[in-house]
Amino acid sequence: MEALPSLFIKAIFVENLALSFFLGMCTFLAVSKKIQTALGLGTAVIVVQAITVPANNLLYQYVLQEGALSWLGLPEVDLSFLGLITYIGVIAAIVQILEMVLDRFFPALHSALGIFLPLITVNCAILGGSLFMVERDYNFAESVTYGLGSGVGWALAIVALAGIREKLKYSDVPAGLQGLGITFITVGLMSMGFMAFSGIQL
Amino acid sequence: MSKTAKRVVLDPLVDNNPITLQILGICSALAVTTTVSAALIMCLALTSVTALSNASISMIRHHIPNNIRIIVQMTIIASLVIVVDQILKAYAYEASKTLSVFVGLIITNCIVMGRAEAFAMKNSPGISFLDGLGNGLGYSVVLLVVAVVRELFGSGSILGVTILLPVSEGGWYVPNGLMLLPPSAFFIIGLGIWAIRARKPEQVEPAEFRIKRVHRTEVF
Repeated sequence: MEALPSLFIKAIFVENLALSFFLGMCTFLAVSKKIQTALGLGTAVIVVQAITVPANNLLYQYVLQEGALSWLGLPEVDLSFLGLITYIGVIAAIVQILEMVLDRFFPALHSALGIFLPLITVNCAILGGSLFMVERDYNFAESVTYGLGSGVGWALAIVALAGIREKLKYSDVPAGLQGLGITFITVGLMSMGFMAFSGIQL
Repeated sequence: MSKTAKRVVLDPLVDNNPITLQILGICSALAVTTTVSAALIMCLALTSVTALSNASISMIRHHIPNNIRIIVQMTIIASLVIVVDQILKAYAYEASKTLSVFVGLIITNCIVMGRAEAFAMKNSPGISFLDGLGNGLGYSVVLLVVAVVRELFGSGSILGVTILLPVSEGGWYVPNGLMLLPPSAFFIIGLGIWAIRARKPEQVEPAEFRIKRVHRTEVF
């Protein structure tokens, strides 16, 4: 069990989904102009990631994995090739359910997250989290930790970038670098900063 | 090839490049650019998925109910990606291991979804196929340029063939380790965007604020 805090820290800083695996880059660059919206999207990603990674983990362990269907009397069935379509289906469904639940019980949070919830379905960070979970063979407890940690890491990165960009818009950037170009270079510098965390273990 | 078809294929290469102008599909793009061979396979996979998904979505575009179109597109794309993934696992197992999760991530690559939504839903299958092909190639151009720079300066070789003989093997070139790490991909794309926009000023984004010259004492 001692490995869990270490995995959590590693998922946030060392293996930051946005800055060291380039996941969720499209939304990362497009929705990082204001801290407020970045915070909303970040929260949504944390919530969705913390739910979908464990859910996909259970599906993988009890349905898709080779030999997982032995409780049905089918020990030789290997459904792992259906993984991709299953994960994306689960993600889309969970996002939809989450949106309805929030709308019904937490209208304030729902309006704060607004358009970001549906956007999350096509966020590579979410699908990436599930795929990494499968590839690294996490058990259920680890998948909960990893889901939460990687979500927090992604949120941290996008809020930090939004903070920088809010200041950056007042700076005198060469014409050709204006906008997208300078954002890329900023993200590069941030990713270099996050590399300082590599090797940290709890 | 007719004129429109040619334009549809060639336009996304530089003028309307999905990565540098539309900011689409960067997600899975950068992580696979440490070696040229991985990038090549990724380009091939993405281009075929984009072209085929565009063609098949366009074929059934009149039968897709509007409010569930995203999920229909997603299913088609996911099925195509599974096919690509299985082919890679069968015929290029080593490469599929290097690309790890990034082949699966083609599903959420915004280029594929974006083109399906923006082009294939409105045009006939043939031209949609070409549009998918063009956008796939536009993505490939950027990916290959980044991969060539990173592999050449990071390990002194291209496609595994040594070009600059590194010091460790008795040569003169000191490999730049930064090139193999994640930050360099961001820098190269950023500088690439600068280069393209220097050639094509109409792509430059307007600044949100203009710097007004003031003497520093006026600030206080």
